[in-house]
Amino acid sequence: MSETGKPISRIDGRMKVSGKATYSAENNFPNIAYAFPVRATIAKGRIVSIDDAVIQKEPGVIAVISYKNAFKLKPLDMQAQAKAGAAFLGENLPPLQDNVVHYPGQFIAVIVAETYEQARTAAYKLKIGYTSEKGAVDLKTELPNSEKPKMFMGEEAQVNDGKAAAPLAAASHKVEHTYSTPVEHHHPMEPHATVAVWEGTDKLTLYDATQGVGFTGSIAAYFLGLQKENVRVIAPFVGGGFGSKGLWLHTLLVAMAAKAVGRPVKLALTRQMMQTNVGHRASTIQRVALGTDAVGQLGVVRHHTGTYNNLTQFFEPSGKQSLVLYQAPQREVTYNVAHLDRSAPTFMRAPGETPGTFALESAMDEMAYQLKVDPIEFRIKNHTTKDPVKGHDFSSEFLLDCYRIGAEHFGWSSRSMEPRQKRHGKYLVGYGMATATYPGGRSAASVKVNMNAKGDVTVMTASIDIGTGTYTVLAQTAADALGVPVNRIDVKIGDSSFPPAPLAGGSQTTASIHPAALDACVLLRKELTALAIADPNSKLNGRNPDDIDHADGKLFVKGDNSKSDTYLNILSRAKRSEIEACATTLPISGAGLTIPSALCTPSQTPPEQNSDVKQYAFHSFGAQFAEVWVDEDFGTIRVKRFTSVQDVGRIMNEKTARSQVIGGVIFGIGAALMEATEYDKRWGNPVTRTLADYHVPVHLDVPPIDVHFIGKPDPHISPIGARGIGEIGITGVSAAIANAVFNATGKRLRDLPLTPEKFFDV
Amino acid sequence: MRPFKYSNASDAATAIGIVSANPTAKFLGGGTNLVDLMKEDVMRPTELVGVTRLKYAKIEKKVDGVSIGATATNSFTANHELIREKYPLLSMAILAGASAQIRNMATNGGNLNQRTRCTYFYDVSMPCNKREPGTGCGALHGENKNHAIFGWSEECVATYPSDMAVALAALDAVVHVEGTNNTKRSVQFANFHRLPGDHPENDNNLKHGELVTSIHLPVNQFADKSYYLKIRERSSYAFALISVAAALVTDGNTIKEVRIALGGVAHKPWRASIAEHWLIGKQATEANFKAAAAAELKNAKPLQHNKYKVGLAAKAITRALEGAMQGGVYGAMEADSTTTNNN
Repeated sequence: MSETGKPISRIDGRMKVSGKATYSAENNFPNIAYAFPVRATIAKGRIVSIDDAVIQKEPGVIAVISYKNAFKLKPLDMQAQAKAGAAFLGENLPPLQDNVVHYPGQFIAVIVAETYEQARTAAYKLKIGYTSEKGAVDLKTELPNSEKPKMFMGEEAQVNDGKAAAPLAAASHKVEHTYSTPVEHHHPMEPHATVAVWEGTDKLTLYDATQGVGFTGSIAAYFLGLQKENVRVIAPFVGGGFGSKGLWLHTLLVAMAAKAVGRPVKLALTRQMMQTNVGHRASTIQRVALGTDAVGQLGVVRHHTGTYNNLTQFFEPSGKQSLVLYQAPQREVTYNVAHLDRSAPTFMRAPGETPGTFALESAMDEMAYQLKVDPIEFRIKNHTTKDPVKGHDFSSEFLLDCYRIGAEHFGWSSRSMEPRQKRHGKYLVGYGMATATYPGGRSAASVKVNMNAKGDVTVMTASIDIGTGTYTVLAQTAADALGVPVNRIDVKIGDSSFPPAPLAGGSQTTASIHPAALDACVLLRKELTALAIADPNSKLNGRNPDDIDHADGKLFVKGDNSKSDTYLNILSRAKRSEIEACATTLPISGAGLTIPSALCTPSQTPPEQNSDVKQYAFHSFGAQFAEVWVDEDFGTIRVKRFTSVQDVGRIMNEKTARSQVIGGVIFGIGAALMEATEYDKRWGNPVTRTLADYHVPVHLDVPPIDVHFIGKPDPHISPIGARGIGEIGITGVSAAIANAVFNATGKRLRDLPLTPEKFFDV
Repeated sequence: MRPFKYSNASDAATAIGIVSANPTAKFLGGGTNLVDLMKEDVMRPTELVGVTRLKYAKIEKKVDGVSIGATATNSFTANHELIREKYPLLSMAILAGASAQIRNMATNGGNLNQRTRCTYFYDVSMPCNKREPGTGCGALHGENKNHAIFGWSEECVATYPSDMAVALAALDAVVHVEGTNNTKRSVQFANFHRLPGDHPENDNNLKHGELVTSIHLPVNQFADKSYYLKIRERSSYAFALISVAAALVTDGNTIKEVRIALGGVAHKPWRASIAEHWLIGKQATEANFKAAAAAELKNAKPLQHNKYKVGLAAKAITRALEGAMQGGVYGAMEADSTTTNNN
């Protein structure tokens, strides 16, 4: 009986709901001190005075650290950082190194005190003098001065610039519109927090709310000038990340503070700081043009994005899905990136596809209406089975099934194409759909598996569970690979001292670590088999290893399970207290975001199953369906039900997978209807500063969400066959909702979020 | 937050004595707003006096109405039999505000003393005359989508955030207040909160050290025809873009009495007295509701980013009056189940 795929509950769930799971800020040490950051109150300029001497005398204050006295960090050096695996500092601004202010809310000092309250009070009292310049704080104003970056994350950023104009001019049908999306914030439930503990001057342990312990360790080591192996990062439990928990400046600040005062120091961000200091999704102004021939065959897709960044190479890649979806011979995907004096934007759940599918999939709906064709029919007609730019076959692709299954479950056939046909009391009712897509990434990973004399198994890897189910699915994979029940398997992750694994980002954890877990289990079994075969007292003595199978804690001869030997007996007769194996899997496409520092036994995965991006394009697909009710008098929009069908390869755990998609859809409802960070256009401060102003969906905003999976293993990504699932759930959601609003009301809303006042602007 | 002295008073005289003697002391009810403000350094009281143990937690029937205690919680009040039966408008309004957890902590007196949620008030690095008189109003030419369309001044364009207070304004409540030396006075609800004028730092007309002890709800005939409508950016747990407390007494279809108060539009709950006046003696029809709303909104002065509120308020007044005519259980509103009557 296979454990993989079963909808078992999280094995760490009980610890979480009973308060026994320790999160970063809950780590306490004797003599611990508390740090509270001081933040800049101007958008741009220089610090000219800090009355630190006065604040130093405040009750409980141990240190006031600013650029005047801060530890000198290693300066930015992209080449050296890349070599050290330290390229992705959240913000390219090693903290407290000079007096320059780059944006409102920047950390410019840190107070260390005996208690949290004393540190916070002293931080409020610290007076800072500035010389201030006018900052660039508005995207629309700054876009005319923007640049066209050549590269994005190692890929060409400007694809076929200018090439769409001619085919668009020749197209029989054309739609072209501007779609805009706001700044959004991740706001995981657990605010970022770090406890720094030094051992001497060259060894550091960070208890850090991070999406990648190895990732964070490498970056911290680089900037603090430490050996990578001397920085240990521990994060067994992380209360959500969504892209915000890379390494941000507070982690360096607290390490610097702990070094300065010679004590363990804890720093936890406030919710207000999370609105500035740990990244965000930048706003976009997207221009999408589609052209078809007379019968609705797409000939050209053009997608231009205007966005901004600061202190990072990253920018919101909202053209990504427009390079993957639909069969159109000509496509042009380009970017203009302005500079704003705002904190750095970063990865946020489905970076690119979240705002990008809103634009592309809204435009697809607009074109379907222009052609008077059902939006699903229009998509089917333009479906592609190959990456339309690179020409590779998709590794595994069932998008047409997603449309069909979704339409059936949702009841799409009862939709009227004509808007404003369905009412419920004061409400207009509408149906909308959109395509979902996200890349199927995979990186190198190493996993170690240990079995003790009692038959208990421990699986170890420096991976992370950010609430996704990593613990649980790893136990399931190991259970099947070893023939041991899930409850005998202890999963240990979230510690950089374990074998390296990629950070929990880009929906790649499952795809990356499970092949390694499988390999490690196979190696472990091989060693057990070898012990048994060599042992004259074993019923398997002298057998060919290829004839041996495993189940229920034992090895047996294929086809004759009376000839068997238990793991316990094999170990006991061999006088082994434990047995251990470690494997590294390295996809053909390369190591990915994390380079394993310590290679375990390299994998022998056949090339056909090893993520060869030169052969195949790896993408997940899905279809999203929304029913909305719109109160036209008030401009209020409520999603009444939602259907999501996902083609993400093999489903490792039906329950945690479903939760990922439900979470993605809820995130998408937030993006569609309410989430937006707004900034004052004079000073650049965020005016949505807390979860009271930055609205995320409440229970009443979340309708029944009907999730279906195709569940067919991807034969080319890995022997496991699973692609990631963390991000695709959000993609296409806001377009499905906006398209449903059009179906309900006849109003096309192209500026997210669809808050009531927008409804009256149209 | 900054250090402060804390005591828990067992009688009103002690509490009032302590706060009166210290210009930077404050009463502490449920703390759902004040403590947040202290954490953010917006308010910096040096002393807090807890009042939740004072004997003002009762809801009692009186000959001329019902008295609700200042230290009774919002939850207790909203769910109290007397309130649900005789003042369903108040019950609906309270339940439309905040979350169950907050309502369980928040007191009635505290609700009336809560501060605006204007973001410029909360961000100490931005100007705000309410927080720091003389620094200017950040919202006047800033991000003012959520701000006032009535009664604002150049000094302040903030709105009052309470839902409960909107219902109390419509119900002509009377606030009972106690000061030093056992001095007691009553304040008509319309005079309790104030418009910003030149002193936006004062939200209401209480003197420092005066303690709200109870709120009196006069007898009325509105129970059968009242409705609280709240329009917000999500289904629950958000401050109102516009809210309307509406109540009617009709003879046949002729309007004998009507009360309309608006939330989310001014520095205080805004009684729509022009609309009320217009409706008296008229037929309770949608056309008349619309005309009355238009008459009220003619005087609105929207800011740069809140022009939508004018049209929205007009529609909301109409809908709330319709909801009241239908007995407060308004079928067309079921998508927002929190705003329907719990009866």
